[in-house]
Amino acid sequence: MNLALPRREKAGYKQAGRRRNRLDTLRDVALYVIILGFFLPVLWIILTSMRPNVEINTRPPVWIPAHLDFDSYKILLGMPTPEGAFGMGAAIPFVQYARNSTVIALASTLISLVLGTLAGFTFARFSFRGKNGIFLSMMLARAVPGVALSLPLFILFARMGLSDKILGMIIAYSALNIPFTAWLMDGFFRALPQELDDAALIDGCSRWTALLRVDLPLALPGVAASGIFAFLTSWNEFALATVITRTPASRTFPPGLYEFTGQFVTDWRGMTAMSVMMLIPSVIFVALVQRQLVQGLASGATKG
Amino acid sequence: MTVTTLAPAAGKRASTRSVSRETRLLPIAFLLPGFLVILLVVGFPMLYSLYLSFTNYTLTSAKSFHWIWFQNYGTLFHDPTFWQAFGRTVLFMTLATNLEFLIGLGIAQLMSKAIRGRSLLRTIIMMPMMFAPILVGFQFKWFFNAEVGLVNNILFSLTGTAHIIPWLIDVPLGFISILIAEIWMSTPFMVIILEAGILSLPTEPFEAAEVDGASGWQKFRHLTLPMIMPFIYTALAIRSLDIARAYDVISIMTGGGPGSRTELIWTYVYRLAFSGHNYAMGSAMSYVTVIISFLFTWYLFRNVIKSRWEGRE
Repeated sequence: MNLALPRREKAGYKQAGRRRNRLDTLRDVALYVIILGFFLPVLWIILTSMRPNVEINTRPPVWIPAHLDFDSYKILLGMPTPEGAFGMGAAIPFVQYARNSTVIALASTLISLVLGTLAGFTFARFSFRGKNGIFLSMMLARAVPGVALSLPLFILFARMGLSDKILGMIIAYSALNIPFTAWLMDGFFRALPQELDDAALIDGCSRWTALLRVDLPLALPGVAASGIFAFLTSWNEFALATVITRTPASRTFPPGLYEFTGQFVTDWRGMTAMSVMMLIPSVIFVALVQRQLVQGLASGATKG
Repeated sequence: MTVTTLAPAAGKRASTRSVSRETRLLPIAFLLPGFLVILLVVGFPMLYSLYLSFTNYTLTSAKSFHWIWFQNYGTLFHDPTFWQAFGRTVLFMTLATNLEFLIGLGIAQLMSKAIRGRSLLRTIIMMPMMFAPILVGFQFKWFFNAEVGLVNNILFSLTGTAHIIPWLIDVPLGFISILIAEIWMSTPFMVIILEAGILSLPTEPFEAAEVDGASGWQKFRHLTLPMIMPFIYTALAIRSLDIARAYDVISIMTGGGPGSRTELIWTYVYRLAFSGHNYAMGSAMSYVTVIISFLFTWYLFRNVIKSRWEGRE
């Protein structure tokens, strides 16, 4: 149950009072080293976005940058830059991509949370023939990769007037995220005692109000966990976006990254600058809800 | 699809209480919207691509194509490249899931014990999964560049002599490079799920074991590991499905090449369907793969479903 986490988390802090032996210290050091290892490529990406262009693509390598600046960011944002600063970012409608990406990611996350939560609630609280079949077919939808889906979906969307439309992207990404949300929420509702529901029903609530007033508030960590995964998927998806968004009118960040690659050169500074800016909302989002995320997964992912 | 079977079945369990109309119709009302969206975005296009897989449709002859029955499927089953790509995908999946699991379990176990800054560590470790896979592809392609890549440059600085190791080109190295990129990007997912598992465990058995003088390894081996098994199954099931459709990172890093040395199923589908202008063939291949994925999904999720819905129905 979700109540177990805070207890254990507290236990971790309680141990702090215990005399720490050498093994504890060693363990922490090992952890920091491993996490630093995972962080190094991120650090390198951040560093690349801010160092002088001449230091990129060199052999022997330059480890310590001569100086750091924000020129590549300024170019992307269309701000005035010092003379001599250049980059492919100047030709990229960054603000438009940012707006498209934000609208599409937030709207599709919201839709998949609502529809996925309803589906998850149904799987958890109702019993009907064909339930396993529906559950499996939803999981199957997750197994279809974008590369197999992109062309037939484009043809369908073109007929429906949804290609190169923000609305089309929102619908497509909602569908991608509903199965996983339904699955997580199913596990989460299952972890809540059925008696809560029964009591609400006896008190005269309908199933609908029982869901809204009783189950949903208790399942909020699960919603947070599903929300993060849905957001990250929509924010970073490439295969469908590159086929459906034909023009900057609906194009999102990931296909935009492609525009930093020319036939012979790649503008690493510009590409990394845009990646860092893409990363910021995700980091803030995750930092805010990471505790709920782990708590949500603790009871949502597996509990029967 | 199965929606039609919902209505008469919904009341089955409710027979213990009063079978109200609400109980019968609500599952339909709750499931239908999500199901329709999935049907529109995944169902219809995949049906269309099933139809195309029985024709000789290509991107250049989109107007004039005709029905050729199972010809594409026949060609596919005699295509050694397909079977090689298939075998390589299975190998890639096995290595990636197992390595991610081992590394992820190690980090999760350490994280659950860490005292200070756990929130910060958690946010940092999750950063690789916040990057767009396509960006991970670009970056790791660049890191593994033979001339100016970060990896060879580190070797240069460490040894003092220039190593021009063609990471993305040599036979086992290309495969290892894409494996490393995949592991870097996806291990955090394992960490988060397994850490959630470890943190959800009750403390009492551990206190009892401590009283009995159990070592840390004994506690891990005989308490933690068996108790987080459901989390392990879940993490492995999700990751296997995700890797089975791994495409973005590999397509950018090697595109399945050079030649077809690092060809996985979906890079081969792309090569056939889009670069090779044989879309119908690519569709046929998608289908074979999706069906195999489905069997695999069914196999993996059967256990999850069984453990979940036992005693409920």
